Amino acid sequence: MKVLIYGEHRDGQIRKITFENITLTKSLNVPFEVVFIGTDIPDAGEQLSRYGAEQVTLIKGSGLEKYSPDGYAKILAQLVQKHEADVLLMGATATGKDLAPRVSAILNAPLATDCTKVELEGDQLRLIRPMYAGKVLANVSLNSGIKIVTVRPNVYSAHENPADADVREETVEVPDFKTVVKEIISGAKGKLDVTEADIIVSGGRGMKGPENWHLIEELAELLGAATGASRAAVDAGWRPHDEQVGQTGKTVSPTLYVAVGISGAIQHLAGMSSSKYIVAINKDPEAPIFKVADYGIVADLFEVVPKMIEELKKMKN
Amino acid sequence: MNIAVCVKQTPDTETRIKLTEDQKRVDESDINFILNPYDEFAVEQAVRLKEAHGGEVTVISLGPDRVKTAIRTALAMGGDRAIHLKTEKHPDDPLVTAKALASVLKEGNYDLILLGKQAIDDDHNQMPSILGALLDIPAVTVVIKLEVDGNKLTAEREIDGGHEILEFSMPAIIGAQRGLNEPRYPSLKGIMRAKKIQIEEREVATEPEQLKVESLQYPPPKSPGKIVGDSADAVPELLRLLHEEAKVL
Ligand SMILES: Cc1cc2nc3c(=O)[nH]c(=O)nc-3n(C[C@H](O)[C@H](O)[C@H](O)COP(=O)(O)OP(=O)(O)OC[C@H]3O[C@@H](n4cnc5c(N)ncnc54)[C@H](O)[C@@H]3O)c2cc1C
Ligand SMILES: Nc1ncnc2c1ncn2[C@@H]1O[C@H](COP(=O)(O)O)[C@@H](O)[C@H]1O
Repeated sequence: MKVLIYGEHRDGQIRKITFENITLTKSLNVPFEVVFIGTDIPDAGEQLSRYGAEQVTLIKGSGLEKYSPDGYAKILAQLVQKHEADVLLMGATATGKDLAPRVSAILNAPLATDCTKVELEGDQLRLIRPMYAGKVLANVSLNSGIKIVTVRPNVYSAHENPADADVREETVEVPDFKTVVKEIISGAKGKLDVTEADIIVSGGRGMKGPENWHLIEELAELLGAATGASRAAVDAGWRPHDEQVGQTGKTVSPTLYVAVGISGAIQHLAGMSSSKYIVAINKDPEAPIFKVADYGIVADLFEVVPKMIEELKKMKN
Repeated sequence: MNIAVCVKQTPDTETRIKLTEDQKRVDESDINFILNPYDEFAVEQAVRLKEAHGGEVTVISLGPDRVKTAIRTALAMGGDRAIHLKTEKHPDDPLVTAKALASVLKEGNYDLILLGKQAIDDDHNQMPSILGALLDIPAVTVVIKLEVDGNKLTAEREIDGGHEILEFSMPAIIGAQRGLNEPRYPSLKGIMRAKKIQIEEREVATEPEQLKVESLQYPPPKSPGKIVGDSADAVPELLRLLHEEAKVL
């Protein structure tokens, strides 16, 4: 069985999910190859070899610098066939979610999205994917020649495991694009996206208003965390929608999720209950967030958070 | 503008999900079914475009008989026609659903096909993109803004850490994300009107499924967490636990 890992990149940077998928594939003990479409990543080989990639292919072609969902899908589908891969592995990231179903349709190969477990039993893949916003886990099988899997970011952590990477360039015929990205509007410069963050500090309606968000930001900064929000905070216009965690926002599974003034409605839990550790700060002991929290403080957040900031500053010094 | 909206009927987000005894399926007996929340944005956008540019909105849903109530909701919001693709149950494999939808969509010659970005039961996140490839037309999903200028479309979609603006032309597919619009509540008049619309039923022969849900399970129960304290005095202990026990700091 051969796995083709779709290398994800943004602004010339390899995204973490690529390393996570390498670690995952290495644990399955099957041959694999990492492919990147489009961009120049100057030290791709060096970076990838640190995680144990032995075969890396950089796909070149005119016009590929800009992402096109249909164009990239056609190229990726061709690559899977030409490189005789049995499994295409991608991240359940914005790009993976956009691209994988198209490849699935082109190749008539089934796709299991957002998997939280990928195991090999004989030559059968055993996959687990959450459904119903995480209320149920499905054991899924793919019965086909080519199989496509996207893996939820942050579920498998990347481990360094050096190898020698053989980096090749391959030039492909670029199809006509039906859709092209005209412009990318990045969020605040250098802002860590919740889906990629190892630690997230999220605020909810308990924060009372945007003027208090400096507390969330300061705490996040000290923890090296991304900032998130509940829908109540987003709907009130206190925070941008791209920070929203939950069923209608983003699904995250960081190592540590700190919920500040968030009640823990089922739709919020849907987006964060697979976090490894959950801390809740809420003054209501009955708040449902305490049902999923590993550690909780039942108190006024306006006392707890400044104290956390103070203590963390002390620890830093 | 000739518009199609594909809608799925899903359980209400608040519904407790119970599994059947053999853990093969979800027990549907106590479920309150609704129109998939993301599909409300798709229907709303379709109706607004019709109101602005004229034309017709066809609502399409594949699934068992019960999905008719979701179709009625979409009609009450302003849909004009409806096609129900009858199957015994919702297929496990999105590719199977997509092929059945694609064959109906092809016949309809639609300028624009709207869907939700995700159905909140199976959470596949696949249909808009699959249909784009099957029908070989532009498909843009997780859309929060859509502008129409003659035959040209400009869509803004959410990506990790920002937004992307794409340009393409009709016919095209859009996967709607929250933020695209504020869906209307069906008016009484709308509900009465919807009741009079004949839902066209079609039998579909679905292909064999390559993706199979072998079994379902509940997520492992979380062991009850620790309440570290009831005042800010508990902060040092919390940080110690995070550092020494959880090892995350
Ligand atoms: C279809 C659908 C989709 C949804 N999708 C999402 C989603 O994606 N994400 C999401 O988050 N929600 C979503 N919701 C909304 C969800 O149901 C809740 O309404 C929302 O999560 C509540 O946000 P909150 O916890 O910030 O606010 P509240 O529920 O109002 O909770 C505020 C909490 O702050 C605490 N608090 C107040 N003051 C203090 C203080 N001084 N110190 C300490 N604690 C304090 C209170 O005890 C309370 O528990 C969705 C709802 C529906 C119907
Ligand atoms: N059985 C179905 N019938 C009609 N539309 C569907 C069906 N299943 C999914 N869709 C549409 O596809 C979108 C994405 O669904 P999914 O890919 O299953 O998450 C939904 O929001 C619906 O608009």
